[in-house]
Amino acid sequence: MKRLKLFLPLAVFLVLAGFLFRGLSLDPQALPSALIDRPMPAFTLPVLGADGASVDEKALSGEVALVNVWATWCASCRVEHPFLTELARQGLAIYGINYKDEDDKALAWLAELGDPYRLNIVDAEGTLGLDLGVYGAPETYVVDARGVIRYRHVGVVNAQVWQDILSPIVDELKREATAS
Amino acid sequence: MIPELGHFSLVLALGLAVLLAAVPLWGSWRGNRQAMEMAPSLSLGLFVFVAIAFGCLAASFVGDDFSVALVANNSNSMMPSILKFAATWGNHEGSMVLWILFLSAWTAAVALFSTGLPLVLLARVLAVLGFVAVGFLLFSLLTSNPFERLLPGVPADGADLNPLLQDPGMIIHPPLLYMGYVGFSVAFAFAIAALLGGRLDAAWARWSRPWTNAAWAFLSIGIMLGSWWAYYELGWGGWWFWDPVENASFMPWLAGTALIHSLAVTEKRGLFRSWTVLLAIFTFSLSLLGTFLVRSGVLTSVHAFAADPERGIFILAFLGIVVGGSLVLYALRAPAVQSRIGFEWVSRESLLLLNNVVFLVATLTVLFGTLFPLITDALSLGKYSVGPPYFNAVFLPLMALLIPFMGVGPTSRWKRDTTARWLQELAAPAAAAVLIGLVFPFAYDGAFNLWVTLAMLLAGWLALAMLRDFASRVRNARSLTAGLRRLPASYWGMQSAHLGFAMTVVGVVLTTQYSVEHDLKMSPGESHEISGYVYRFDSVGPVTGPNYVADGANFTVSRDGRTVATLQAQKRRYLASGQVMTEAAIDAGLFRDLFIAMGEPLDQGRAWAIRLHYKPFVRWIWAGAICMGLGGFVTLADRRYRRVRQRELSAAEVGIEAA
Repeated sequence: MKRLKLFLPLAVFLVLAGFLFRGLSLDPQALPSALIDRPMPAFTLPVLGADGASVDEKALSGEVALVNVWATWCASCRVEHPFLTELARQGLAIYGINYKDEDDKALAWLAELGDPYRLNIVDAEGTLGLDLGVYGAPETYVVDARGVIRYRHVGVVNAQVWQDILSPIVDELKREATAS
Repeated sequence: MIPELGHFSLVLALGLAVLLAAVPLWGSWRGNRQAMEMAPSLSLGLFVFVAIAFGCLAASFVGDDFSVALVANNSNSMMPSILKFAATWGNHEGSMVLWILFLSAWTAAVALFSTGLPLVLLARVLAVLGFVAVGFLLFSLLTSNPFERLLPGVPADGADLNPLLQDPGMIIHPPLLYMGYVGFSVAFAFAIAALLGGRLDAAWARWSRPWTNAAWAFLSIGIMLGSWWAYYELGWGGWWFWDPVENASFMPWLAGTALIHSLAVTEKRGLFRSWTVLLAIFTFSLSLLGTFLVRSGVLTSVHAFAADPERGIFILAFLGIVVGGSLVLYALRAPAVQSRIGFEWVSRESLLLLNNVVFLVATLTVLFGTLFPLITDALSLGKYSVGPPYFNAVFLPLMALLIPFMGVGPTSRWKRDTTARWLQELAAPAAAAVLIGLVFPFAYDGAFNLWVTLAMLLAGWLALAMLRDFASRVRNARSLTAGLRRLPASYWGMQSAHLGFAMTVVGVVLTTQYSVEHDLKMSPGESHEISGYVYRFDSVGPVTGPNYVADGANFTVSRDGRTVATLQAQKRRYLASGQVMTEAAIDAGLFRDLFIAMGEPLDQGRAWAIRLHYKPFVRWIWAGAICMGLGGFVTLADRRYRRVRQRELSAAEVGIEAA
């Protein structure tokens, strides 16, 4: 029995190694398939800096848009922010979900770095994040004109991600929207 | 030509590493002296060839050889030379070469400075290090060749180094961090050699202690530099984010902290032997795990290198062989090295055991939090990450629990002590610490603050208990200086590290509690006051750097009418990549930092969004870490590590043969 105890670290390591191996074949940036092609989950949440005015999921439909989950505590969000601002300048609709954050800090952030968002949903408790299955900020969803989630990107949106992944999807959805 | 030379040297280094891993080990098994005696020369050869390879790579960077793919992707002819040199390790492939360079440097250092070690032990230690080198050299050569050429079609100029990395911090942060990471391989090699030989005693612990302390000291300072870099370079005044990559460097540090304390018990009392060995394996495993997490793309992070599953598989396989193999060896051989000595509950051993438990639990909670997204995903429970709130909630109470005992530790006696004696020695420091804790927030801020009280109480307790210990140690000396001079270097090092810990606690809590941040719209000519400091926005104008253009906002900060600092914050646009970066202006001080960051232009450039910070005691976080690191280095000067050589030689040779 005493000898067997000495194998315990090995056993723990093997379990861990199993998880790590599984992790290699999982893409941390892939969306659980359950949410793709489903409408945005229903919510009613306050709008950032609008003195208690609230918004629901219908506000996000009407136009192909990016929904960006961000927070001031998130280092990577800082990195992607200038690029989002650039995209917004080019006319793309971007909505923000300010995830588990404080309003003051979020407003200060936008004042300092510029505001690429049409509006920001205050998800202080992370309830909308939970429904979306948010893995961590930043995350960006592509939502089509009918308010249906079509793609999810975990991690920073930069020029490369935009060019290789998001831009083709957005263009395709825009064509789809004008065709119907 | 130079890149090919480098590539060839790396291949030769691999050949030497294979010999180093095989021949001396075979020699130690068969008792072949000649085979074992080859180990030091092979180690030096390994170092020389890796150094040549690294030199060639660095020369390609400094000489702007854009026919090398790595240089073309990560450098630019407009960068200053020193940054071109630093760009050598500002990428996955190059940082791997740096890693191998340090590994071979540690190996060569062990070969050079351990002439007093019994030959069998030295051969085994070097062979284990050689084996680790084989793994990383194969990894570099097979999956991430740094010398790959872009032929034909050499680009005219490079794509530039990520602007975030174009900074003096970047020049020294990774090298120090890697020195620490890789340094734990020496402790690991000593542990494996002990298991192979079945002999583990005070002499063994005394040999591996200085190496472990040195690695720990490097890692402390490396982590501190990373935190400092994030503070001023990322531009918004944060200094720790519990990011997976930060955690990857922090976990070996936590485990290493447990290891250096457990080694102390093994050396002084011959206890915790198999536990120490396990910790040494654990610490190095976490270094390897960090490499895996950062380079395989299983977790998302700001700093992660380009993800590549093929590399991930390779490191995981290597991790499996090294860690799995070591743990099998541990399970089979640990009974041979177990100690059979007892100690009483009220003793220094118990306190150090508590240290070990706290640091181990801390390591595991950080490990769990870091891997949590991966685990839930692998179990198909969905994708979640725990975030900073989890880490703060579990980590801070653990550290608070540690400090009361940490104050007692240095004063306590080995084997058996009494609580009555502790009480007698430490009642006065405890009372004084309570007083400091209660008075400080009122004196500083005029109001009670529970967190500040708690932090000052704990830090005050540590510092005062330490002073008390100093006092009782020099009590019997003829004079104060004579008494202080008699204290060994390891004691000074320990106290410096403990004091550093107290300083970091003060820095962390006071910065968190008392920082003031104001985000404003300011036009040139306007002023704003924070905590008695008046920030005046003087002017804004263009600035031209070597490879960027910027808007610079000039500020004068004054207090009571006297100018304290003139600062220039910048908003830079890097020419090659077009990336925009905020360069914060900081006036650093022992008791406060004044921090200015520039935001977006407003009102068609007539005004700017400006962020002003007042951050009290923020430097203490890093000053504390420096004290910890210096403490680690000071212990190396201890006389007993040098005396070891002559004295242990004869005894150790006998012991090895019997094993």
